Amino acid sequence: MTQPRPPSQQRADSVAAPRRFPLRELTLFLALMVVVLAVYTAMGSAYGTRMLVESACYAILALGLTIQWGYAGQFNAGVMGFVALGGFCAMFFSIPVNEAFWNSELPGELGLALLYMLAAIVLVVAASRLDRIGIPKPLRTLIAVVLGVVLYMVVINNFREVAGQIESQAGFIGGMALPVWFGWIVGGALAGGVGYFIGHVCLGLRSDYLAIATIGIAEIIKAFLKNADWLTRGTATVSPLPWPVPGPGEVGFTLARALYLSVTAVIIAVIFFLLHRAYNAPWGRMIRAIRDNEVSAAAMGKDINKRRLEIFVLGCILMGIGGAVLASFNSLFDPQGYLPLNHTFLVLVMVILGGPGNNLGTIFGAVAVYIIWLMSEPLALFLMQLAVDIGSATFGWDAPTNLDSRALQARVFVIGLLISLVLRFAPKGMLPEKVRHHG
Amino acid sequence: MNELVFFINNVMIAGSVSGSIYAMGAVGVTLIFSIMRFAHFAHGDMMTFGAFMVLLLTTLFPQAGAAIGVPTPILMLPLAMVLTAGLAVGIDHTFYKPLRAHGVKPIVMVIASLGVTLMLQGLIRLFAGTGGSSLYVDDRKEIFRLPIPIEGVRMPVVITEPQLYLFALTIICVVALHFFLSRSRLGKAMRAMSDNPDLAQASGINTNTIVAVTWMLAGGLAAIAGTLLSLDVTFKPDLSFFLLLPIFAAAIVGGVGHPFGAVAGGFVVGFAESLAVFNWSVLLRPFRDSLPEWLALPSNLAFVGTEYKIVVPFFILVAILVWRPTGIFKGKVIT
Repeated sequence: MTQPRPPSQQRADSVAAPRRFPLRELTLFLALMVVVLAVYTAMGSAYGTRMLVESACYAILALGLTIQWGYAGQFNAGVMGFVALGGFCAMFFSIPVNEAFWNSELPGELGLALLYMLAAIVLVVAASRLDRIGIPKPLRTLIAVVLGVVLYMVVINNFREVAGQIESQAGFIGGMALPVWFGWIVGGALAGGVGYFIGHVCLGLRSDYLAIATIGIAEIIKAFLKNADWLTRGTATVSPLPWPVPGPGEVGFTLARALYLSVTAVIIAVIFFLLHRAYNAPWGRMIRAIRDNEVSAAAMGKDINKRRLEIFVLGCILMGIGGAVLASFNSLFDPQGYLPLNHTFLVLVMVILGGPGNNLGTIFGAVAVYIIWLMSEPLALFLMQLAVDIGSATFGWDAPTNLDSRALQARVFVIGLLISLVLRFAPKGMLPEKVRHHG
Repeated sequence: MNELVFFINNVMIAGSVSGSIYAMGAVGVTLIFSIMRFAHFAHGDMMTFGAFMVLLLTTLFPQAGAAIGVPTPILMLPLAMVLTAGLAVGIDHTFYKPLRAHGVKPIVMVIASLGVTLMLQGLIRLFAGTGGSSLYVDDRKEIFRLPIPIEGVRMPVVITEPQLYLFALTIICVVALHFFLSRSRLGKAMRAMSDNPDLAQASGINTNTIVAVTWMLAGGLAAIAGTLLSLDVTFKPDLSFFLLLPIFAAAIVGGVGHPFGAVAGGFVVGFAESLAVFNWSVLLRPFRDSLPEWLALPSNLAFVGTEYKIVVPFFILVAILVWRPTGIFKGKVIT
């Protein structure tokens, strides 16, 4: 036990800040509530509740990003990919079984194709280990590469054939008709698995590489979901997806959405509670220590890469769950609807505006930014119309016809501007992370 | 022989076209990476901006090129390069310099560059609309069909005018860059700063000048690449997003901070892409009759479909990060 030092010798930053009244938090959340109420009165309760549910889904995504970026300083620029994976799982496990597919001999053929794929992978992996039985390394590499190429060709052709048959005979393979929450959990697990792969490759290197690789994987996931018609119906989209609560057809729009909102609220509450515990636990301290000073954390014997991987996967899992909840709520799985702007950069703005590393701030940011985002479309249209009216009145300028689509582009600009301004003038966000020092 | 010509058209020419574009983009990225130490994500949009400037100037003066016998867009290219270089310096001044002065982590600069990406994209789309448009406003794209003087070859080698300009400009740029970096005072100062910024500053190199010059070079090269890509296909505001991954893959394959590595990396990625989407069963067709019975050739032997083209640079990126993070030419792993 150390003796408490006299106050004159205490360092100012080593004392825990006195518990203060959370004035800032209270003001911000009250202001947010006023805005939400204003939306309710202006647009009706069905619209307002939909907005709240969607912002709750985004809040889950933002919590996923805040533990990656805020807790650990890892920048994931491919949130969209994990969201899309979650959405795919929500779709795949919850929609009804496609009898036309299961009653034909196609499931067997698909299983066989997958089995071939597995066998090919095993063979290539075995070939890459040939040096253990005394085959020289260059020869081993040659054998493994040639075998890999040939087997890849065989397997992929086999697979294309089966996929083509499924598309022509049964449309797509349909769903599993399992409970909705099951798809959500698998969505999180799948996103976490992909995150593990990416993190394993990139987390040992500088964070820029992670950003590049995540952008890439997001585009690849989207390309796959868009083009794998046999699995997802591709651009034809799948709808409706079932809800875990009674749908609008049974109890009306407002009540159904309110029920869904309560489900998302419970999910957020659970995640929030667990994250809060983890943040204040030794584990959270260790993560922040690694973020703030890698070298000294390593000197203290912390396994930096393992911890980083842990937190990256955890964030990806949350993103997968959030994406699944979002897709179920929209009742539509449209791979083309996943856009970097809506599903990556919007979430990024929510996190850096709300306060990276501060869960409460992140949730505030998610709701606030989502409201701004929704409101910006009519606002942009209005402003464009105003500009056109003034322009045509004063200079006789004839406006371009596709004003609507151009007004939407203004949102791209606004999001970019918001990112730049926040980084410049409020790098810690509206509700900064409270760094506690232990004296 | 027809199959071989098909191969030349679809792999050799297509691969060198995309390779040249990636190379010029990757040189800019790698220069910025080595001087300012962050991955500049807005590079693709600087390319689009350059192409957009050319589009604007060409629509304003469609007949200008006819006077001296080159297509108008090519004539407008130097002006667009200057404009894009100016834009790059301006962006640095407004957005990156304050952050650098604050001494933020490099990853914050990456996020800032994403913000710039979105702003540029929003502006370009606001003014250019979302559809595609051809840069050939008044001229016609010339297509050369070179017949092969061998018996029985019916297919000509096809090459277009912008592709020829692209090859010529790539070679000129690479040679000029080589002389700039190895002979001129400024270029040597740049290399010094990329090796050790503190030492460079201590030995009296004006780092602000070097930063500005780097942005000008990167902007000018981006304008060339963007314009020639848009000439070869069409101008689209969302061109940049699909360029980002191949360009970064090229820069990392070549070794970060290695301009010539970036050129090589660009061609590696470009050729890998066109080889991966090429249907190999075309080449094997002449031997079809001599193959044994059990080895019937499927009609499609491409590694990936064109819709999965983006997998190729990603795969290259992952492979290089796993096996050789320094790149093939032993660049820096910036930490």
